Amino acid sequence: MTLHKFLVTFALGSMALLTVGATTVLAQSHVNSPNPALGTPSVESEQSHIGNVTGHAVDGKKLYRRFCIGCHGPDGNAQGENAQWIDPKPRDFTQATFKCRSTPTGTLPTDEDLFNAITRGFVTTNMPQWRPLSPQQRADLVAFIKTWSPVWAQQKPGTPISIPPETPSTAESVARGKVLYQTTLKCFECHGTTGVGDGPSAATLHDNTGNPIKPFDFVHSSRFKCGSTDEDLYRILMTGLDGTPMPSWSDYVDANQAWDLVHYLRTLMPNYRAPNATKENAKPKDQKGE
Amino acid sequence: MVKWYLRSARGIRLPLLRSFLIVGLSVVVMILGDSQPVYALPLNKVAAIPAFARKYGLPCSACHTAWPELNNFGQVFRDNGYQLMNDRDSPIWQNPSYFPITFRITPNWHRESTDHQQVQTQNVSGTFTGTVTQAGFDLSGMDLWSGGTLYKNISFILLPSSDVTAVWHFESAFVRFDNLKGSPWFNVKFGKFELDNLISEKRFLFLSANGGLYQIYHFTPPGVAATGVGDFNDFGYGDNQIGIELMGHSKNSYTRYSVSVLSSNEGGVGLTNSSTPGGTPSNRTYDVNLAFSQAFNGKGFSAGGLGLQRVGAFAYIGQRPTYYQTDTNGNPLVGLGNKPFYRVGVAGDFSIGSLELLPLFMHGHDNAYLGSGIASNTGSLSGTTARAPTFNGGFLEAHYYFDPQNVVLFRFEKINMGQQADTGNPGDFGNVTAYSFGYRWYPIMFSRAGLAIDAEYSRTKSIGIVPESGDGTGNPPLFPTDGVWSSSIFLGFDFDF
Repeated sequence: MTLHKFLVTFALGSMALLTVGATTVLAQSHVNSPNPALGTPSVESEQSHIGNVTGHAVDGKKLYRRFCIGCHGPDGNAQGENAQWIDPKPRDFTQATFKCRSTPTGTLPTDEDLFNAITRGFVTTNMPQWRPLSPQQRADLVAFIKTWSPVWAQQKPGTPISIPPETPSTAESVARGKVLYQTTLKCFECHGTTGVGDGPSAATLHDNTGNPIKPFDFVHSSRFKCGSTDEDLYRILMTGLDGTPMPSWSDYVDANQAWDLVHYLRTLMPNYRAPNATKENAKPKDQKGE
Repeated sequence: MVKWYLRSARGIRLPLLRSFLIVGLSVVVMILGDSQPVYALPLNKVAAIPAFARKYGLPCSACHTAWPELNNFGQVFRDNGYQLMNDRDSPIWQNPSYFPITFRITPNWHRESTDHQQVQTQNVSGTFTGTVTQAGFDLSGMDLWSGGTLYKNISFILLPSSDVTAVWHFESAFVRFDNLKGSPWFNVKFGKFELDNLISEKRFLFLSANGGLYQIYHFTPPGVAATGVGDFNDFGYGDNQIGIELMGHSKNSYTRYSVSVLSSNEGGVGLTNSSTPGGTPSNRTYDVNLAFSQAFNGKGFSAGGLGLQRVGAFAYIGQRPTYYQTDTNGNPLVGLGNKPFYRVGVAGDFSIGSLELLPLFMHGHDNAYLGSGIASNTGSLSGTTARAPTFNGGFLEAHYYFDPQNVVLFRFEKINMGQQADTGNPGDFGNVTAYSFGYRWYPIMFSRAGLAIDAEYSRTKSIGIVPESGDGTGNPPLFPTDGVWSSSIFLGFDFDF
C-alpha cells in the first residue's frame, strides 16, 4: 500500500469516526419529543391540512430544530436560548393558546390560522415571515406544533367566525367608530387617545405568562400582528388575541359597529396603504408564483 | 492491520505520518470525549455574537443549510438587504450598544503535496522531478465582517479580509438601496461585491487549499505550451468585482435576477487590477454580468427536507487589455488594446430529502490575443498558430445533512479545453480533474456564535500547468503532457463569533 493510499484510508477512517462520534454526542441535543403520558398527539401520526397540502409532524420536527428551536426551545415551551433576550416573548406551544385565529376566543385555531401566522410572521417582534419556506414545510411545522399540547388531542379547532361584507367607510362611520374607541369600549385606556399605545393602562399590561406586554401602536406600524387588511382588523376585534389583554369584542359590538371601529382605526394610521386583501392570507396553492 | 499500515509507511515519511496521526486522533478523541449536549453549554456567558444573529436572535441554521451556505430563508434575508421586514430593521430600533461585527478564522492542520515539481536539494547537485510535500499546524486568513442596515431599506457590507500573514484588503464594501419604489424587484448595490452566483464560492463548505475553491471559477486557458506565454485574462468568476448591480426578486426569492456593470479590473482598487498595492494599472472599460434563477416547489418539485429546487443561468461578458500605455521608463500607465472574453453557464440547487446536489456547467471563451498572450497592436493573427481558446467544465457537489449540525461533503470537478490557444498545444493541455470530500460538524450553532470542525481531503490533477490551489503552491511540469497531482488533507476549527 502506498503512502497515498494509506492517507486516503486514514482520512476516510477519521471522517467515519468523526461522524459516529458527532452523531452520538449530538443525539442528546435534538428536539425533545412531547411526553406521551400527557396525552399529546403523536409526532408520528399528527397531520395538518391547509388547502390541498397535508403537513406531517414527523417532518416538521426536523424543521423545528432548524428554524424554531432558538426561540421556542427544545420543549416547545418558549425557553429557547434566545427567549431571554426577546421582547415580546416567543409563543409557548405547550399552552395551546394563540393570538391570531379566525376562531372565537377560547378555542383552538385552525391549521390555516397557524399556517398564516408562520407565513406572515409577527410585525415588530422577532418572529420573521417564513414565506421563504415552501408551503409543504410550513404545513409540516403546523402539524408538529400541535404535538406539544394535549389540548390538540382533546379539542377540535373552533369554527371560524363569519365576516360580513365591509360597510362603506364614510365620515359618519369613522365618527361612530371614534365614539366606540374613545368612549364606549374605552380602547384608549390601552392604545392611547392617539393610538400610539400609551394609554393610562398600558404600563400595567401583562400576557398570560406574566410578561409585560405593550398595546399595539397604530401610528407607527405598517401592518397588524395578525394581518394587514381591513378584514384582518375586523377579525382581530371580534376574536381577540388570546393570551393577551386584548379581548374579543364580539359580545359587545355588532358587525356594523366593528366595521365602524375598523374605519376609525385606519384614520390613526398615517402610513396605511390598503393591500390586496386576497393575497395576505392566501392558500398554499396560490403562493407558488410569488 | 494497523501494524501493516505503519510498517508500509515507515520507510517513506514517518515523521509526517506521525504528526498526521497525532492530529487526526486528537481531534477524534476530543470529539468523542466531549459528551456535553449542546444545550448544556454556558449560553449566557457568550460575550459577543455574529452580527445578524445578534440583531434578530435566530440560530445559524435558520439562514444557513450549514453556515456559511445560505438556504432560501437566508437568501430572502440577503435579497431584502439583510432585513427581516418586521418594522424593526432600522438600527434606530437596536440597543445603542449593538455593533454589527463578526470575525471568522480557522486554525488548522493541513498537508499539501504536489508531484512533478522541479526540485533541488541543498548541498546536492542536480535538478530532479519530485514531489513536494509539506504539513503542519497553520492559520487561515481572517475575515472581519460588518454588515446590516444604515436605515430601513439602506444596507451595507464592509469586509476587510486578511491573508495568513495579516495583509489586509477589502474583500467586500458596498452600500445597497433596497426595495426601490416599494418593490423587491428593484435593488441597487454600489461598491465591491460577489457576483450574483447561484452557487457561491464565498459561502461554501470547503476550506482546504485544493478543495477550498471551485476550479472552474478561477480557470483561465493555459496559453501557449511551447513558449510558456500565458493567457492575458486574469478574470475569475468566483472573485469579487467592483461596480454597480441592479437586482430584483419575488417576495420569497423564488425568482431572482441581477444585472451588474463592473470595472474590467478583477475587483482591483486604485484603478489597478489588484486589491493590494502593486497591481498593474487597469483599463477604462466595463464588464457586464447577468444572472437569473427560478426556484420551484409543489407537486413534482418539493422533495421535502431541505426544500426548494432551483435552476439558474449566468453570463459574464468582459474585456481585458493586451498592452499598455507607458511612461518614458516603460512603466505601465493604463491598459489598452482591450479584447473580449465571456463565461456562460447554468447551475442548479436540488434537494432530495437530506441530500443537496449542486451542479454547475460553464463554457468559457477568450479572444485569440488574450489567449495567446499577444499584444493586439503587433499585427493580425491570421496565418499564425494563435486561436481563440475555449473550455467547458463544471462540477457536481453533494451535501448530505444528517441534521443541521452534521454534513458530509463531496465534489467532483472537470474542465476540458475545447480549443487550445495555439495549434501546437497538446489537446488536453490545461485540463483539470478534481475531487474533494469532507465532513463538517457544528458542535456550536447558536444565534451568538458558531464553531465547525472541518475535515477534508481534496485532490487535483492538472495537465501541463500549475495546479490551481488556494495556497498558490506548485509549478508547471517539465512537459505539457504531464499531469500534476496536488492533494490536500485538512483538519481545522472554523469559528465565527
